[in-house]
Amino acid sequence: MSPHLEVRNLSKRYGDFTALGDISLDIAEGEFVCFLGPSGCGKTTLLRAIAGLDPQSSGTIHQKGRDISALPPAKRDFGIVFQSYALFPNLTVTDNVGCGLVSRRLKRTDIVKRVDELLALVGLPDSGPKYPAQLSGGQQQRVALARALATSPGLLLLDEPLSALDARVRLRLRHEIKALQRTLGVTTIMVTHDQEEALTMADRIVVMNQGAIEQVGTPQEIYRHPATAFVADFVGSMNFLVGSLLAPDKLKVAGLTFDCPTQDGLATGGKVALCIRPEDVRVRDLPADVVNRVAVEVTELDFVGAFCRATLKVQGTDDVTMTADFSSNLIRDLGVELGRKLDVALPSDRLRVFAA
Amino acid sequence: MSVAASGRPPILRIALSRDDLVMRAGVVLFALVLLVIVGLPLWSLLAKGFEDRDGKFVGLANYVAYFSTPALFDSALNSFHVAAVCTLVVVPLAFFYAYALTRTVLPARWLFQGISLIPIFAPSLLPGLALIYLFGNQGFFKGLLGGSIYGFDGIVIAQVFYCFPHATLILVTALATADARLYEAADALGASKLRVFFTVTLPGAKYGLISAALVVFTLVLTDFGIAKVIGGNFNVLATDVYKQVIGQQNFSMGAVVGMMLLAPAALAFLVDRLVQRKQVALLTARAVPLIPRPKFGRDLIFTAFCSLVSIGILGILGMAVWGSLIKYWPYNLSLTLGNYAFANFDAGGWSSYYHSLEMAAGAAIFGTTLMFVGAWLNEKTRGFVVMRGIVQFLAFLPMAVPGLVLGLGYIFFFNAPNNPLNFLYATMAILVINTTAHFYTVGHLTATTALKQIDPEFESVSASLKVPVWRTFARVTAPICLPAILDIGIYLFVNAMTTVSSVIFLYAPDTKLASVAAVNIEESGATAVAAALCIVIVITSAAVKALHVVADRLLLGRLQAWRRR
Repeated sequence: MSPHLEVRNLSKRYGDFTALGDISLDIAEGEFVCFLGPSGCGKTTLLRAIAGLDPQSSGTIHQKGRDISALPPAKRDFGIVFQSYALFPNLTVTDNVGCGLVSRRLKRTDIVKRVDELLALVGLPDSGPKYPAQLSGGQQQRVALARALATSPGLLLLDEPLSALDARVRLRLRHEIKALQRTLGVTTIMVTHDQEEALTMADRIVVMNQGAIEQVGTPQEIYRHPATAFVADFVGSMNFLVGSLLAPDKLKVAGLTFDCPTQDGLATGGKVALCIRPEDVRVRDLPADVVNRVAVEVTELDFVGAFCRATLKVQGTDDVTMTADFSSNLIRDLGVELGRKLDVALPSDRLRVFAA
Repeated sequence: MSVAASGRPPILRIALSRDDLVMRAGVVLFALVLLVIVGLPLWSLLAKGFEDRDGKFVGLANYVAYFSTPALFDSALNSFHVAAVCTLVVVPLAFFYAYALTRTVLPARWLFQGISLIPIFAPSLLPGLALIYLFGNQGFFKGLLGGSIYGFDGIVIAQVFYCFPHATLILVTALATADARLYEAADALGASKLRVFFTVTLPGAKYGLISAALVVFTLVLTDFGIAKVIGGNFNVLATDVYKQVIGQQNFSMGAVVGMMLLAPAALAFLVDRLVQRKQVALLTARAVPLIPRPKFGRDLIFTAFCSLVSIGILGILGMAVWGSLIKYWPYNLSLTLGNYAFANFDAGGWSSYYHSLEMAAGAAIFGTTLMFVGAWLNEKTRGFVVMRGIVQFLAFLPMAVPGLVLGLGYIFFFNAPNNPLNFLYATMAILVINTTAHFYTVGHLTATTALKQIDPEFESVSASLKVPVWRTFARVTAPICLPAILDIGIYLFVNAMTTVSSVIFLYAPDTKLASVAAVNIEESGATAVAAALCIVIVITSAAVKALHVVADRLLLGRLQAWRRR
């Protein structure tokens, strides 16, 4: 099946500044894709180019095989939800949601029916006569969603839809939006800077940095196999230990040798960063012949709630430290405390190596 | 998939939607309107200065003549002198008044605020008339004054009255936006009250002070009514323009004097814009508003100060009211309404008042529509940067142009026999158009500010929903901006009622306005009747303003239920 959206060689320049550099991307029908990246990475620029609100400088966009590259927004097929909701404050919820239907010249009764249906869909069946200012932030965002979906667009664009909400509401709406998207099967692009949001909601994540795509993949791929040091650093927590590559599957950090997955792309002898996530550091039940055993001392212990994040100083080095997540059980069982010396292992299949 | 080619691909041009085309056509049309009502008249004035009486190009001859005629050049010096003195008097006065309104606890604060606004509702000649009653040749307190009130002193006193509200409004705004945290920090550091005033309060109001000074300077420089009534033999630029054009029919020299008025006014405006640009983000969203706490001694002193100023304002107004009710000053002080029977003094009778109402209503409706729709077009059109820049420039231009100068430009432009718009000359329409143009910038700014406060994504959402822009305008944008639209309308109405300077060149016998009639009647010596006419204007514009305030509270509350939470 051909993709719903094909973006090819898209660039956006403001004078000498390149906001988007040569972006190419396919989005499948019914897929939920997140554009994830730090502020200023170009994710919103890309979304607005797809909507036609801030057209690209060059490059093409096809939607369902139709070339929409040069079409104004009104000629494209999408619904959009903004961080600010952009609800019309002087219109009731019903009129807001029905707004796009009126200009389609539907019959009055059909409009009323469709609006009721949509409000039920977003869980606000009785809010029709209210004005936006009388609703909470989460409710307003749902109305915005209903309005965007009213005309059954082929593509739903969400521009940081949850950023303006408080944490609890945000969590609930995450699930609701995802469930709604799955029910309707509408192709969706969401822009976010919140990695947790992207990881929990997206079918695929597009990680962006400085106007370019760093990696495209499922949440698991992005988290488990970050393609670049940037992705490794930006998504989740990651330890970076700088050393050099001795052989394709061996590297050295501050005098210690580690086994790692075979590296094809990196030159032997080159400077590299050894990466491991804090939760992948093993402590319990280490076999005697375990690979990548490291003797460490606990120098800091930060209580984070469900677990503790420990800072570990690698023994026999001056200043090599890493962090590891220890569950409360583990801390109790092993009697972990400040100054405690331990042996930990860095499982080689969990290691990632990047040129440094 | 092809690899990105070397070299940049051609820049993509986005197709224009029907909405875009309509909006752009609107912007072009709007630019043309502004060009006709602002740009071309000014151009005609500029050109006229380089022509002789027969319309032949004479280069700088008129300017040479101007600067080598001491009588003419002296007026320029006089104008600057008066403007400078008034600025030095009004700005401190207004500053302390504004300080009292915003930073101290005044009893009946609203009353003091209201009184400070009174002069706005009066034609500028009203304080002149009141001064004649008080200190004129047959005035009450003539003995108190060393010399004659006609001339420098009279102009200064009347101008202080006239300019006071303008400066106060600016300074109230400047002082109202204070961050309480700065004062708490200063307190915590143990700074003395005086030190806090000089290191926190004054710098915070710096831009407001500069702005107020420039506005007062320009107002005094360009005002016509006061100098006309009480200037006597003290010639200023504004009266010179009038004399050259109406008295001597020397249009070229009138144009030169007009340019002498335009240059400093434009310069002051430019400086103000530059200064205002620096002021952005002085107050962040996180600022904590400063709420003054009662403090007996300070409040007492400022209440006394404000009372004195208010008595001054009310005294001048009251004198004009009383004067208009007196039978024959100063010999028969019995009261009469006879002076309000305008037909006995002016062939038109009350008709000039009705013309004023008609003109003010016309300007309010036509002007507000043009200003709001124009500002909307210019704000919301996508792309089209150069054209929108031109529009923005033309919309800002009138602020820098004194009314007399604009009026003069209108004569030259619309009265030219080869102008197809010639038919507008000497009609009510040209008065409406001229007044709209004269007060264009403030209305345009009000509309633009209101539009900028609306979520910029409304248009994006509408486009995605395939709702045409004009429908979003009518259903959402305009209703949301209704308070701003009303503000513009009232502003235009009040100014149209009181303005003299621009329209004095443009009225015809059957479109004579009340403010102009007052000038003419005063000229003929019937001071009481002129005062009566001024009072009628004050009552009308103040009543309209009061109606606006009431409407804002009641009507908008009901119509705009959506604003309530």
